Amino acid sequence: MAQIFHRSLNLYTKASILVALVLGGAAFAGLMAFERSPYITNQGITKPQPVPFSHQHHVAGLGIDCRYCHASVETSAYANIPPTKTCFNCHSQIWTNAAMLEPVRESYRSGKSLVWSKLNDLPDYVYFNHSIHINKGVGCNTCHGPVDKMPLMYQANTLQMEWCLECHRNPEKFLRPRNQVFNMEYKQPTEELPVTVDNVAYTEQEALGKALTAKYHLRNVTDITSCSTCHR
Amino acid sequence: MTRVKILVPALLILTICSACRQDMHDQPRYKPQARNDFFPDMRSARLLIDGTVARGQLHEDSYFYTGKIGNNPGEVMPFSITHDVLERGQERYNIFCAPCHSRVGDGKGMIPSRGFSRMPPSYHIERLQKAPAGYYFDVITNGLGIMQGYSGQIPAKDRWAIIAYIRALQLSQKAGAADVPAGLNLPTALPKFEGDAPSGATLVTPAPPKKEEKKEGGVE
Ligand code: HEC
Ligand code: HEC
Ligand code: HEC
Ligand code: HEC
Ligand code: HEC
Ligand code: HEC
Repeated sequence: MAQIFHRSLNLYTKASILVALVLGGAAFAGLMAFERSPYITNQGITKPQPVPFSHQHHVAGLGIDCRYCHASVETSAYANIPPTKTCFNCHSQIWTNAAMLEPVRESYRSGKSLVWSKLNDLPDYVYFNHSIHINKGVGCNTCHGPVDKMPLMYQANTLQMEWCLECHRNPEKFLRPRNQVFNMEYKQPTEELPVTVDNVAYTEQEALGKALTAKYHLRNVTDITSCSTCHR
Repeated sequence: MTRVKILVPALLILTICSACRQDMHDQPRYKPQARNDFFPDMRSARLLIDGTVARGQLHEDSYFYTGKIGNNPGEVMPFSITHDVLERGQERYNIFCAPCHSRVGDGKGMIPSRGFSRMPPSYHIERLQKAPAGYYFDVITNGLGIMQGYSGQIPAKDRWAIIAYIRALQLSQKAGAADVPAGLNLPTALPKFEGDAPSGATLVTPAPPKKEEKKEGGVE
């Protein structure tokens, strides 16, 4: 049988293998990028809410602490969304005629809940717990971003497993003193602005992280990166 | 060779499948505060039927939960005041009361200044200095006038801790230079805020440590 392809085509065959590899690699990289894109993770996306509630206004503008509204965040797995009654502590007096707040008043009158859209939403097969993170010194804005600069709330991080693990593999890079967890202005220690814990001033995150790891009795990394911590 | 022929497409299909998966994401169970279309009010968390006493809600110690002896507000604290109780009280006061009553309790907080029909009274007026602890407990629990009750946001124990701290604030108003413990200096300058920090909860970023004690932030 005569040869179908002439010998001079060998080069093309080799080249086409290379091209296939490159294309395959690019497709794979594209898929991975797609997996991490906001289209899949919802990162940075706002959703329609019944009332255009502004964290910027209430947190930075008025100085209200997170716990005034998210009262259960320190003690339970779930950080609650405040009930209408909490809004009414103030809005029974303030902006009582604003059309923007009509859904709140309607909800207060009728006893029907306001239906907020959930933004940070882990899959149901992942176990997450707020209270342990708060009590071991992980700040709200480490995970939720600059909440005090958000006129409308959005999910600040991907919330993918690699993101959780990035911290669980070396939590000491992120820890801060417990009383700074709710402080949106907190900055990691520097030469000019050290952070003081137990009367020792720390100028580097590394040293501070080590000290807090010991102070708050963090478990070892193997424990908190094992699958059953989050998939139970 | 046949193995590879099966494996490669299988792997490819697997990577594609990673995007089409919802059943384990949204399992048929309710997370807290989730919506439930079965009930007319759409809440999955149901209210207790009238007369139910849930575990931990028997409230046998009625003074602890009402601040009243018979019909009169009592003066005593239901537990002894330690340093920890005061610190807890300070923290809770700054979260829940300071937005309106201000951090020093003079009633000039941020929120009422934005349009309340009247300002809260100062804790340092004679009437409130003399008011018994149980009266404060009743106001926090049930509200008064245009102030709403806070029983839903603050557990009873914390309400008492707040009262202990208000008493400390009231005492502080009468303090003089003689009350400062030996070896401590009164701060002479106002605390510094970084950037635009209004009242309320936005804490100061810890300032560079000096020899003297720090007032806020840093120290636990
Ligand atoms: C005045 C009440 C109030 C205060 C104070 C407040 N929040 Fe919220 N928060 C809300 C309400 C209402 C929602 C639901 C609406 C929304 O998502 O914007 C919410 C939603 C959120 C969400 C998104 C929840 C989701 O759907 O995934 C996060 C995260 C959050 N708050 C963090 C914070 C942090 C951090 C602070 C403190 C810096 C704070 N909040 C202070 C009322 C408040
Ligand atoms: C501690 C008091 C307080 C609470 C609690 C509170 N608000 Fe407000 N809110 C205010 C004040 C004060 C203003 C007006 C600020 C001003 O005049 O600058 C305001 C303004 C607003 C506005 C319109 C202004 C804007 O630009 O955002 C909306 C909408 C609003 N609040 C929604 C809510 C909702 C929804 C809740 C309940 C989750 C809530 N607020 C809870 C104090 C409060
Ligand atoms: C370690 C990261 C982390 C920290 C720290 C953290 N959160 Fe969250 N938060 C999450 C994740 C993840 C979710 C989504 C949980 C879910 O869907 O089950 C979430 C959800 C929420 C929600 C929506 C209700 C819920 O529980 O699902 C609110 C409100 C909220 N966080 C507020 C806060 C506040 C306030 C703080 C600071 C006191 C805080 N979070 C600290 C990661 C964090
Ligand atoms: C910025 C750091 C950080 C991030 C991000 C973070 N965690 Fe954690 N997590 C911690 C620390 C610190 C602990 C406490 C470990 C200990 O006690 O030794 C912890 C503990 C836990 C625990 C253990 C609870 C228990 O009772 O055993 C779970 C579950 C958990 N995290 C889930 C998650 C999930 C899910 C995510 C991602 C959505 C996440 N975490 C993101 C820092 C973080
Ligand atoms: C710190 C918490 C944490 C630990 C530890 C952890 N996971 Fe995950 N895992 C998550 C989160 C969060 C998600 C959801 C990611 C998402 O929404 O895309 C997830 C998703 C997954 C998925 C589904 C992925 C998908 O895209 O469908 C698998 C499979 C998985 N994890 C396996 C494991 C295995 C195996 C281990 C142990 C080696 C492990 N996980 C340890 C937090 C964790
Ligand atoms: C949303 C603003 C607001 C918050 C938050 C608030 N109060 Fe008030 N409070 C008021 C107003 C307004 C009055 C005046 C009520 C009136 O005269 O109708 C008042 C009155 C009072 C009084 C005086 C009652 C009297 O006899 O005159 C006490 C005591 C009191 N509050 C305690 C507290 C405590 C303790 C907290 C924290 C748990 C708190 N309040 C939180 C607004 C607030």
